[in-house]
Amino acid sequence: MKVLVPVKRVIDYNVKVRVKADGSGVDLANVKMSMNPFDEIAVEEAIRLKEAGKADEVIAVSIGVKQAQETLRTALAMGADRAILVVAADDVHTDIEPLAVAKILKGIVDAEEPGLVIAGKQAIDNDMNATGQMLAALTGWAQATFANKLDVDGDSATVTREVDGGLQTIKVKLPAIVTTDLRLNEPRYASLPNIMKAKKKPMEEKTPADYGVDVTPRLSIVSTSEPPTRQAGEMVGSVDELVSKLKERGAI
Amino acid sequence: MHFGLTDEQEMIVSTVRSFVEKEIYPHEAEVERTGKVPPEVAEAIKQKTIELGFYACNFPEEVGGAGLSHLDFALVERELGRGSMALNHFFGRPQNILMACEGEQKERYLLPAVRGEKMDALAMTEPDAGSDVRGMKCAAVRKGGDWVVNGSKHFISGAEHADFFIVFVATGVDDTPRGPKKRITCFLVDRGTPGFEVRPGYNSVSHKGYQNCILTFDDCRLSDAQVLGEVDGGFAVMNEWLYATRITVATMSVGRARRCFDYAVQYAAEREQFGQPIAKFQGVSFQIADMITEIDAADLLTLSSAWRLDQGLPANREIASAKLYASEMLARVTDATLQIHGGMGLMDDLPIERFWRDARVERIWDGTSEIQRHIISRELFRPLGA
Repeated sequence: MKVLVPVKRVIDYNVKVRVKADGSGVDLANVKMSMNPFDEIAVEEAIRLKEAGKADEVIAVSIGVKQAQETLRTALAMGADRAILVVAADDVHTDIEPLAVAKILKGIVDAEEPGLVIAGKQAIDNDMNATGQMLAALTGWAQATFANKLDVDGDSATVTREVDGGLQTIKVKLPAIVTTDLRLNEPRYASLPNIMKAKKKPMEEKTPADYGVDVTPRLSIVSTSEPPTRQAGEMVGSVDELVSKLKERGAI
Repeated sequence: MHFGLTDEQEMIVSTVRSFVEKEIYPHEAEVERTGKVPPEVAEAIKQKTIELGFYACNFPEEVGGAGLSHLDFALVERELGRGSMALNHFFGRPQNILMACEGEQKERYLLPAVRGEKMDALAMTEPDAGSDVRGMKCAAVRKGGDWVVNGSKHFISGAEHADFFIVFVATGVDDTPRGPKKRITCFLVDRGTPGFEVRPGYNSVSHKGYQNCILTFDDCRLSDAQVLGEVDGGFAVMNEWLYATRITVATMSVGRARRCFDYAVQYAAEREQFGQPIAKFQGVSFQIADMITEIDAADLLTLSSAWRLDQGLPANREIASAKLYASEMLARVTDATLQIHGGMGLMDDLPIERFWRDARVERIWDGTSEIQRHIISRELFRPLGA
């Protein structure tokens, strides 16, 4: 069985983001970029399936700017077997919308016929949380989102999902789409031999046109603003003082 | 000319960086407080490094290493330099002088060191022989086909955890027109060899937990099989293999300076005095500007000296410049960071005072700043006959 893992190049989670002066988005020029953390979890899970003998090949795919090949190299260094880069934008500030991504992935799914697609539940840049679900709709496959645990057994998979208030376990027929939650696993470090091997692994370059997909944006960004800065707190000396302050402000 | 890192180098840097942040940083405070590395922590770091294929990554592939170039290895050590020396000692990087092993020495020392089964320590310095290596008193004499060693070594880093030692010992004196000159031989000495003892050393203010030890030799018998390189050829193996250890000091200084610098920038941006962030005062912001300029300069100087080694170009002077400049830059950066933090910088609630203390030794070990200046100026003036 092949496992397909879409990975997105996003602003590194350690970077303090800055909104561009014109409010059109976040400044991404000369900023450290990394693999979306949820996608790292997806790559790890796919590699574990391969190590457990439940998958034969792990294919990483990234859709975006050419620089996303660095993200794919990281996936290859972690242990993915080959990569597909779909160059869909020239400007690092262009974000390909979930529906366009899902359509391109549908094209890759048709060509590669994987038994499982493992994707991050959302990208930490735009927090859409949509691509996996849209891909399930386009393929007509089962979906198991927010996976906390994944067991593949023959032609089905048992997935424990993180839902409001607890965990839910479902069984889905393969092929299926699984999206990862934070606690599914802890991604490994790329080992030195794998880092050295990553360059020799195949990376195919494609365009959205190869899959007949138009990536023109359907959404327009009206404005982007930074969250309001929090006011400094005030230390109180006693519970009585706290209660009277809260009353003063009409909080209780 | 290309100053960027390759994809592989970027991945090496990011892997080692996250390793240091996740596996080293969390244990630093305890090591600093107790002066000891808990054995289970040491073992865990070592095992993870082996699993990741980074153990002994400075050794060639044919002996089981990763075959990294000097430049790639400098990048590894630069990231390691961010973390505690005591802990990153177990991210094993055996002395590459072990490549001089011959015959059965390979099975006994080189290969187990590369596999992480045995740890090594290098012993050269003596109480009366620091920069003046040839002034060493620890000596071996021939007796019944063996060597009998007497004397002592001190400031021996890594000795606490070493299974064997690479020891430089005087094996005779030559009369030269410039006076008597000692002949030096390098020996491999197993821990537990009769007459050889490893004793606790001194308490250093730098790198707590990275202990130094005293080695004593009291009629310690060693056979010819323990000689690394040639008898009386100690300087030859030293010159062939130990020139690169200065790059270690330089790269680690750069790594630590960058970590320290992040504290300085953050604090200057957040700390408010007189109604504004102290970064708004040029007395602080210009200091920060100087710091990053010096860090980048040291970084480039160091990486280019490693690159020269890879290209087979002369690098002795450049390595000396890198070691000199990077270690002195670290002193200035840690001191300025402490000053920016004010009184809080001296308290052990923050790692700043530790960076400041740790920085001090970098100008001393692996050749003092003065020795580096001597090397640099000698290379400049020798061709001119001055």
